[in-house]
Amino acid sequence: MENKIRDRAALCAERNAYADSFMHEKKKILVCGGTGCVAGGSLDIYARLIELIKEKGLNCEVELAHEPHGDTVGVKKSGCHGFCEMGPLVRIEPFGYLYTKVQLSDCEEIVEKTIVNDEHIERLAYKKDGVVYKEQENIPFYKKQTRLVLEHCGHIDATSIKEYLAIGGYQAFEKALFDMTPEDIINEITESNLRGRGGGGFPTGRKWAQVARQKSPIKYIVCNGDEGDPGAFMDRSVMEGDPHKMLEGMMIAGIATGAKEGYIYVRAEYPLAVERLRTAIAQAEEAGLLGDNILGTEFSFRIHINRGAGAFVCGEGSALTASIEGKRGMPRVKPPRTVEHGLFDQPTVLNNVETFANVPQIIIKGAAWYKSIGPENSPGTKAFALTGNISNTGLIEVPMGTTLREVIFDIGGGMRGGKEFKAVQIGGPSGGCLTPDMLDLPLDFDSLKKAGAMIGSGGLVVMDSSTCMVEVARFFMNFTQNESCGKCVPCREGTKRMLEILERIVAGNGQDGDIELLDELAETISATALCGLGKTAASPVISTLKYFRDEYEAHIYDKKCPAGACKKLISYQIDPELCKGCSKCARNCPVGAISGEIKSPFKIDAAKCIKCGACASSCNFKAIKQI
Amino acid sequence: MNENITNNLMMIDDEPVAIEGEKNLLEVIRKAGIELPTFCYYSELSVYGACRMCMVENKYGSMEAACSTPPRPGMQIYTNTPKLRRYRKMILELLLSNHCRDCTACEKNGSCRLQQIAARFDIHRIRFENTAPDHKYDDSSLCITRDAGKCILCGDCVRVCSEVQHVGAIEFANRGSKMKVSTSFEIPISESECVGCGQCAAVCPTAAIIVKNDAHRLWRELNREDTLVVAQIAPAVRTSVAEALGYKGENVMGKIVACLKKMGINKVFDTSTSADLTVIEEANEFIGRIEKGEKLPLFTSCCPAWVKFCENRYPELLPNVSTCRSPMQMFASVINEQYKDCGKRLVSVAIMPCTAKKAEAAREEFRTADGKQMVDYVITTQELIRMIKESGIVFADIEPEAVDMPFGTISGAGVIFGVTGGVTEAVIRYAVNDPAGLKTLAYEGPRGLDGIKEFSVMLGDKPLRIAVVSGLKNAEEIIERLKNGDHYDLIEVMACPNGCINGAGQPPTNSDGRQKRSKTLYKEDKMSVLKRSQDNPLMNDFYSGVLKGKVHELLHVDYVKK
Repeated sequence: MENKIRDRAALCAERNAYADSFMHEKKKILVCGGTGCVAGGSLDIYARLIELIKEKGLNCEVELAHEPHGDTVGVKKSGCHGFCEMGPLVRIEPFGYLYTKVQLSDCEEIVEKTIVNDEHIERLAYKKDGVVYKEQENIPFYKKQTRLVLEHCGHIDATSIKEYLAIGGYQAFEKALFDMTPEDIINEITESNLRGRGGGGFPTGRKWAQVARQKSPIKYIVCNGDEGDPGAFMDRSVMEGDPHKMLEGMMIAGIATGAKEGYIYVRAEYPLAVERLRTAIAQAEEAGLLGDNILGTEFSFRIHINRGAGAFVCGEGSALTASIEGKRGMPRVKPPRTVEHGLFDQPTVLNNVETFANVPQIIIKGAAWYKSIGPENSPGTKAFALTGNISNTGLIEVPMGTTLREVIFDIGGGMRGGKEFKAVQIGGPSGGCLTPDMLDLPLDFDSLKKAGAMIGSGGLVVMDSSTCMVEVARFFMNFTQNESCGKCVPCREGTKRMLEILERIVAGNGQDGDIELLDELAETISATALCGLGKTAASPVISTLKYFRDEYEAHIYDKKCPAGACKKLISYQIDPELCKGCSKCARNCPVGAISGEIKSPFKIDAAKCIKCGACASSCNFKAIKQI
Repeated sequence: MNENITNNLMMIDDEPVAIEGEKNLLEVIRKAGIELPTFCYYSELSVYGACRMCMVENKYGSMEAACSTPPRPGMQIYTNTPKLRRYRKMILELLLSNHCRDCTACEKNGSCRLQQIAARFDIHRIRFENTAPDHKYDDSSLCITRDAGKCILCGDCVRVCSEVQHVGAIEFANRGSKMKVSTSFEIPISESECVGCGQCAAVCPTAAIIVKNDAHRLWRELNREDTLVVAQIAPAVRTSVAEALGYKGENVMGKIVACLKKMGINKVFDTSTSADLTVIEEANEFIGRIEKGEKLPLFTSCCPAWVKFCENRYPELLPNVSTCRSPMQMFASVINEQYKDCGKRLVSVAIMPCTAKKAEAAREEFRTADGKQMVDYVITTQELIRMIKESGIVFADIEPEAVDMPFGTISGAGVIFGVTGGVTEAVIRYAVNDPAGLKTLAYEGPRGLDGIKEFSVMLGDKPLRIAVVSGLKNAEEIIERLKNGDHYDLIEVMACPNGCINGAGQPPTNSDGRQKRSKTLYKEDKMSVLKRSQDNPLMNDFYSGVLKGKVHELLHVDYVKK
């Protein structure tokens, strides 16, 4: 930004100038700069494309100019498009083409055909069931989504405040600052019924009102970016892909509550998010949107970044604020609550990334508009991270109340390899699993709570018939046990014992009484643990015991894993009737556990076998069976 | 809802109980006569809420931790329901499954809270694999011994060390089931910031931190023909022994003397005697500094944990610390001088309420020319109690005895050294010769169990500003005020809250117990004929006898920046 923006008129002028310039980018290549695509080499693709366009003598614009200078071809690093399964992704505007799994070697063709000659490259388009999808918006993965929070992810340069301004950025902040009183803002947010996207679903407006009511002259706005659920990356995508939107939300919260300082607590494992946030804050400061007497008003606001060391428990409010203060990240007893005595013992608004990112649009479009999306008690959209045995893994955003079936089968493309859907774990390690008969359950705070699960921060781990539910419970318990802060006895010792029992069950050493002991431990931990992490630590066990008790029983009493997933409980045998004695299995066995004479049936030495299944998949005669 | 419930009433197990300013439900419940089990609750520390043993059930059937829930009028809670019994037993079982169960060979056998609560809840079978960690001793400190294997992670030690003492020698490390209490980078505790005050051991519910036990070494010295064993007993010790031995009585000095004699200690003296020496030396030092106007304020030096704290954190203040040795070390010098030619091996023993004294006795400054400690053994009150039990003496029956000659007289001023403010009051009594004024001052100035007391007193026509602090956090607070420009002439510091009566070598007690102990000392002062140190006739004998020409050598020390 060339100059500090001194007042409202200047802000509008800047916005108009950049919008104009933005319109002059007649063609645009948006290379996904999300973590997944970056890992796939998208930054090299980005650099190569710039090089090629310049070579072609085209007017290449990497950074949005203040004044339009003829028609240009923009090459931009965008935020995450969400369709990570198909990355690296490249979007071409104005056509709306989405190219998938793009390689460095494809760049020349893209520039030559699509940019110079306006041709579509079918080879790079997404195809499913014989249909070629030219435009991104028509791909089934996107078609059923409603991207509001993620609206800019994949469409603008994530590192540019200019592009954010060009598409109307900081308009909500401007409105809140000049046209609304703090009460108006709080009323609008309260009226919208925006609920905390971090998992609890607490009404955001009420939280802000509680902080606004506090007499203390010092207050804080804290953004929880410590996204820790395995497989969840909604917040990361917002921080990486549209950092200014989140900052804008925090700034509006500052106006509403009288806070002058904000902290973003983001895990250090998100280096790209940290970098993009740093850039965004620096840009906002340079533009005069953060700092003292913003836009010539009395309002001052600064934002700091605190990197977390990666403890899951630091996502818990009081542990998070303790960690920012430089103390051990450990939850404390409540009361007092964070809204009264939060960060540095001052009244604190603590919301997560997605919640803050929802704020600007509510201020601009109003509570009534927001409430028209999704069910009355859980309005708005929710971002979900799809992982597991599903065709389209990635990041999606749907209206609250969308059914699981739509998410998994329409957007997610159904089960990978056409296997049977068995369950979905929702809400991460604190959540529960939902079964096929719950596929028509609407995804919103209250419906899920009723079903014994929680929306959590939005992780969806989809499982098919080859997944052992006892093993799933063990996996999450192992996670929680490792991530327990260790403070309260039920969580520290109880999760350790639950894990111990689950480990012995999947290893075939389960004992009569184990299920009852798990039940008793789960009940004690849920009822007595100190913080949310502890109270929900047993949820995966409780829900799998509820819906898949027979699997537990099969492991314990019959020493069988019905899904055939627990290695200790399966074995491979060669049917001598079917075996032709070809020796292929023996050659494929990595540990030399199979022996025999050519042309007579081979045998597996159970003591040596590591149950990798390489033999069974190599056998041409289906003579090797898992039992 | 019961119509009895008025503005300040709540229902506990269907009985109305008044809320009278209690900070949490636990206090209301205990007031109502129900002893909820806790491991991590201390009213003087912040509420930690980790053990979850004090859970109660509300009328909706959900659970609340009594320690961290504020009482509200109209609340209805139950303290003993089927669910609660099940949860408490499970929590205990979880703790025990991870805890050493060699109770008979444990120092805390009989006084371990885990053992007591497990007995109360009828725990006989533990359904989980025994994963008690191996014993991991840190006996690098002369004051305390740590055994991480017995730790239940209640955090009491961590909080007392940081919240009350502001020392922060220990903290939690690691997460989940790998969590432990550790010094920074697991260095031996003796190399840490630890000052040896032992308050961590005083609050530890198990034997994870205990007072270093030197009793067995002392036993070996007793009843030997070639050895003269001389013991001194600190003032605070007499206030705390009776209760632990099941005897109803306050000041049991005479009985303690009799016990020590019976065990085989040859000579027994009262450290109050050397406290009189300290008063004279320190008062003269103070008057001298006031006259010269240098090295003020004067900090007292009786408390070795404070001296160590000052060395660690405020070495620049060491010149302000009194050069007087502590009463224990002064007496040790006198005893050494008196008996060095007695023809026998001299063993000098100090019975102290204090763990830090063990480290003080071992300091380089307090050794003879050949490197021998002037005080050979420091035995804490707790160790003394165990020795009395071991010897089979029935405390109730033993007849009291007087201390030995030639050092048989004390003054009331020496006795009150055992409680916060005592040293200051004794010094003022020496320096200010105005009996009527002193009497009022005593009650308005240095007395009482507040952590920080400030007052002024006239020395001739000069007003003196005095501060009396106990607990090292309060010491830090006063030093901060000093650095911010506040003026003081004399600052008394005792590391343990309330002074030596609450030393970590004493049997642990609560605030009522500390009040009682303090009263016991002031009562003895009141009953004593001699109120001022200079009135103790022994002082003349000392200065014209053993100390002649050696006052500085025997009674003073320079704590220097290392």
